[in-house]
Amino acid sequence: MNNVYYGKLIFELSRPGRIGYSIPKDHTGEEGFAALPDSVLRKSPLRLPEADEQTVARHYTNMSNNNFGVDTGFYPLGSCTMKYNPKINEEMASLPAFTQLHPAQPASTAQGALALYYETQRALSEVAGMEAFTLNPFAGAHGELTGLMVIRTYHERRGDTKRTKIIVPDSAHGTNPASAAVCGLQIVEVKSTPQGTVDVEDLKPLLGDDIAGMMMTNPNTLGIFETKIPEIAKLVHECGGLMYYDGANLNPMLGVCRPGDMGFDVMHINLHKTFSTPHGGGGPGSGPVGVRKGLEDYLPNPQVVKKSDGTFAIEYGNEALGSVSPHFGNYAIIIRAYAYLLSLGRDGIARAGKLAVLNANYIKEALKSHYLLPIEGLCKHEFVFDGLRPEYGGDHHDDAHVTTLDVAKRLLDYGFHAPTIYFPLLFHEALMIEPTETESKDTLDDFITVMKKIAEEAKSDPAFVKASPHSTPVRRLDDVRAVKDAIFRFQFD
Amino acid sequence: MHRYFPHTDSDIAEMLKAVGLQKLEDLYAEVPEELKLSGELKLPESKSEAEIRKIFEELAAHNKPLTCFAGAGAYDHYTPSLIPYIASRSEFSTSYTPYQAEISQGTLMYIFEYQTLMAELTGMEVSNASMYDGSTATAEAMMMACAASKKRNKVLMSATLNPRVKDVVKTYAHFHGVDLEEVDAASNGLINREAISSKLSADDVAGLIVSQPNFFGLVEDFSGLADECHAHKTLLTINSPASTLGALKSPGEWGADIACGDAQSLGLPLNYGGPYIGYLCTSNSLIRKMPGRIVGQTVDAEGKRTFVLTMQAREQHIRREKATSNICTSQGMMCLYVAAYLSLMGPKGLREVNDNSFKAAHYLCKKLLQTGRFKLVFDAPFFNEFCLEYSGDVDGLIKKCAQEGVLAGVKIDDHKILIAATEKRTKEEIDHFVELTK
Repeated sequence: MNNVYYGKLIFELSRPGRIGYSIPKDHTGEEGFAALPDSVLRKSPLRLPEADEQTVARHYTNMSNNNFGVDTGFYPLGSCTMKYNPKINEEMASLPAFTQLHPAQPASTAQGALALYYETQRALSEVAGMEAFTLNPFAGAHGELTGLMVIRTYHERRGDTKRTKIIVPDSAHGTNPASAAVCGLQIVEVKSTPQGTVDVEDLKPLLGDDIAGMMMTNPNTLGIFETKIPEIAKLVHECGGLMYYDGANLNPMLGVCRPGDMGFDVMHINLHKTFSTPHGGGGPGSGPVGVRKGLEDYLPNPQVVKKSDGTFAIEYGNEALGSVSPHFGNYAIIIRAYAYLLSLGRDGIARAGKLAVLNANYIKEALKSHYLLPIEGLCKHEFVFDGLRPEYGGDHHDDAHVTTLDVAKRLLDYGFHAPTIYFPLLFHEALMIEPTETESKDTLDDFITVMKKIAEEAKSDPAFVKASPHSTPVRRLDDVRAVKDAIFRFQFD
Repeated sequence: MHRYFPHTDSDIAEMLKAVGLQKLEDLYAEVPEELKLSGELKLPESKSEAEIRKIFEELAAHNKPLTCFAGAGAYDHYTPSLIPYIASRSEFSTSYTPYQAEISQGTLMYIFEYQTLMAELTGMEVSNASMYDGSTATAEAMMMACAASKKRNKVLMSATLNPRVKDVVKTYAHFHGVDLEEVDAASNGLINREAISSKLSADDVAGLIVSQPNFFGLVEDFSGLADECHAHKTLLTINSPASTLGALKSPGEWGADIACGDAQSLGLPLNYGGPYIGYLCTSNSLIRKMPGRIVGQTVDAEGKRTFVLTMQAREQHIRREKATSNICTSQGMMCLYVAAYLSLMGPKGLREVNDNSFKAAHYLCKKLLQTGRFKLVFDAPFFNEFCLEYSGDVDGLIKKCAQEGVLAGVKIDDHKILIAATEKRTKEEIDHFVELTK
């Protein structure tokens, strides 16, 4: 990361006649695609860049220097679990014996790949307290959708077609209601108590024979453990619904308390959060879905099974809900997660969650003197401040107050990524901090010092904080203009 | 102690003291005891890097990469070595969705380049910042057609699409409540124009989905299809493997409303099925119905041209259940692969890749027919993939070839096989494969 803006697009480096490729010469002597009927051939110009290899290498290298990753510095983005991405995982995923496998090649020639898939399924089932997992969903939201499909299939197969509604807490991740809508379910919102947990009294009247299930994350998006989970699960089960666990917040519970033991029936895990696969600028992720005993036949196709002779086979089950992916999801991401599972082992997994929780509580206690902590008490992997305390320029009733956005932007000047901001929606100035277990006390102390310094700055020179960032490659961006101008591609002319 | 956890015993003691606790277990004091795991997880102990390497060597020894003549949606094109090198830069790979634009211009710029490149390739006005893969992009196109039509809920899908893609689209349709109807192929393996016309004339169809080249590798002529769709207020979606769009008439030129498909063919490794990348492109008028993230151009406080996530009022984190889709991902790392690939290939390289793939496939087809053991199933022109009828048992053929290090193709049924070739296949490899079939 450097602070000089690069700012060029590859189209601006293009010079007619340059090439950056090499292709083996054709020796077949056949005619090329021009032999096809003229009516099916492309006529419009193809304005792709023309550049030599070094130009392309420098272009993307310079571009990368304007990017901040976990390897650059502390990335306390709440709900995203930005832990260290070990490099051995990358190396294992790039072994040609995996990267060169075609998804349709005979199972007998991919036994190693299938064994890895199977072992990962088994390991995740143990970690989560579930009976079985599919690793086919491509991402967390895709896992939610798949899990909801499992729930709907369970009701459909019982001939129970009235169950068209799903209960979602008002503090839920946005993907929860959105996934439910894609799955054809109506959303019923349950309120939170002032302590930030599901209001059981508000839940009770919502339960009935039209409820397919309830989606929850535990700890919830405020980082608070829902202690009434046994009662909630019992109530939902009594009305005939199933419990869905959004695994986005699984990290703090590793080796301490498993979703299956909390009473959840279906869940997903974000491998790019809890199991350290790189976030890749937004993807590829991976969202394996686990189910309790009795639901495993509904998991999507294709399925990997272990035969009695110890070999692995690919099967298409008749009871399956259908397919959510053509093959085995983002397979190369699963490889990375498996390497991580091996690295941590049972001892490491059991320790990861505890250290993540220790880190979060340590920051929370250190900063509540300067930032407003709406809910006291133990947090799990993350917690939420409601902006600066009033005495540090945080009076929310004053239009000129220093906002959470301002604090986030000022953090960038100090070499930290900002926390998640303005989520959850329960607080106006939400600042959601998740440090993960891979950050040292030294890093946390530096972060705490800077956060306090920003609070002091907000008090002494609010205009300066509001004009931040000052030392990043570019200054604050004009979001409104991006919508108004609506430029989504390079303007060639 | 573990190499990924920096906490020393004294760190832990100091931190616990700072939060007023005695031991790590106290951090879970509020969790009901009966929910807590009583023993240890039944998993192996942590492994060293050297041990992990051994485990992977063992697994790798049980995989057998083959000289690939299979396609069916995943094509063995060459990945220039610069691409994984660039993509492994951890400034890119260890970043997340570019929420903080001031320190994420790298990600935002390559996504903006990706959007430009895909819009250019498909001949459409706008591309989103990518989807998971081609199958889910097609399912999103189906839902988008229904959302755009407001009142209609029926979508036609030609049977000529890849069966694996169709399975995913059908799954989404079932749960989303879309009345998805599959239209049988014509006997020549192409789309059935007559059946489609008859169904469109009911004026209740929100969208029609076709593919080019189709699953059998055949090149379709969609002349007049878009006009016919539009006369009935139906949106036309064309699904294509992205690479072929460098040679074939683009969805934009055919008059399509949505272009979607998989861009794996733009130099992404096979990786046993993923990660790949789906693309979805459309016209400016449909942008508010488009799923997924999008990057737009703007300026910063000093007037510099910069890039930012925009049009977010369509998305799940703002609109929740009223969002256009639940997708949160942009397939960032794979966008970078595509942008770097097309930057290296340029118009001339992409043309040559297609030309040489076409030549290799046609040479292979000719040679296989000459053995007397194969017949072409369809007469229509094909691109770099073709469907043959085999005089013997296809499973036996695939097994025999695999033993000799060759992936013969993808089984269609006991006597039909789908075979593909790319620019990577040499004349020697092709001749060797042909010998194995004799």
